[in-house]
Amino acid sequence: MYAQLVETGAKHVQSKDEMSPEEREFQEKIDAETKIEPKNWMPEGYRKTLIRQISQHAHSEVVGMLPEGNWLTRAPTLKRKLQLAAKIQDEAGHGLYLYSAMETLGADRDEEIEKLHQGKAKYSSIFNYPTLNWADMGAVGWLVDGAAIINQVVLQRTSYGPYSRAMVRICKEESFHQRQGYQILLDMMREGTDEQKAMVQDAINRLWWPTLMMFGPTDDESPNSQQSMAWKIKRKSNDELRQMFIDQTVPQLELLGCTAPDPELKWNEETGHYDFGEIDWQEFYEVLKGNGPCNRERIKTRKDAIDGGAWVREAAAAYAQKQRAQAA
Amino acid sequence: MAEWSLFEVFVRSKHGLNHKHVGSVHAADAEMAMENARDLYTRRNEGVSIWVVPSNSITASASDEKEVLFDPSDDKVYRHASFYQLPDEVGHM
Repeated sequence: MYAQLVETGAKHVQSKDEMSPEEREFQEKIDAETKIEPKNWMPEGYRKTLIRQISQHAHSEVVGMLPEGNWLTRAPTLKRKLQLAAKIQDEAGHGLYLYSAMETLGADRDEEIEKLHQGKAKYSSIFNYPTLNWADMGAVGWLVDGAAIINQVVLQRTSYGPYSRAMVRICKEESFHQRQGYQILLDMMREGTDEQKAMVQDAINRLWWPTLMMFGPTDDESPNSQQSMAWKIKRKSNDELRQMFIDQTVPQLELLGCTAPDPELKWNEETGHYDFGEIDWQEFYEVLKGNGPCNRERIKTRKDAIDGGAWVREAAAAYAQKQRAQAA
Repeated sequence: MAEWSLFEVFVRSKHGLNHKHVGSVHAADAEMAMENARDLYTRRNEGVSIWVVPSNSITASASDEKEVLFDPSDDKVYRHASFYQLPDEVGHM
């Protein structure tokens, strides 16, 4: 999931009796699956939660370009380089769709980006891990984009119209990301040297657990989930999504001829799902707090990009002004 | 970004179809809006033509005007072809 631990500000989910007439009407629309549009009345909590979730999602797309950018100039062939560039460009686009959706709620893009730079806004924990070898590009596409797809497919039905429509567009583009990643790994496993095969297993070993953390804390540790689910901002719980991901991914892992770094991972005939081991939540919370391997580097790169590009934006604004003056 | 304006983007997906609203972009001027819209909304042959319109040039109906604007057409069933029942002998009309 690209949004983790989104604060809703709600202590408990209100019953219909506790709601004001406006709130009740709003909740009835949600219950009837009517999409909420920018000009419709909405509770302040709903608006704020959405701004937090959508901005976090947008920041994740933007910061998500950085671990891949690391390999753009080191891709093994021109073909792989073009594919990676196209994927990264999509992510920039996804960030923009999402910032636009967020702005329809009255949020300001510059302000939200400033919050990211000050460490006040979160983005997905996964992007704070380094990408150490070329197989990481395959593993990121397959696992990280795979996990994002599981989450985003469900979010196409989210209750806020602009967010839902952005998700529809994003999902259409995202499946290419996962397939290109998996193909990188398949090629390495089927045609690669022993050393290259070892790189694939190494990438999976490092990214497996952080990918599972993307879905956020377990349901009993997610105090905000209930409100988000009642508002249908979220449609499925963290644990449900995580299980869907694991069930879908393990057969693909086996087809690669690789293993997961989890001795407890095994098929459970009774439940019809895979059982898996305990996630190291302490690591998750540390990364979220800013203490992951790459947190500082990621934010610094983003800030440098914005600061370094200031003169370009100023020049464009000055040019536009000059053109307008001449036309007048 | 504050010094840039917001533009709404409309794309004609193929000849013969209407331009359809697809989203918005920030840009310093219309020319840049066009370039940004091309990069953002037509990376996979989604269109054959783009319009960019300054967002503040659009006048939109307010949601609380919904009844005033649209209710009058609710009770005018006679505006639909299906209202007029004709005998089978007439055939297709």
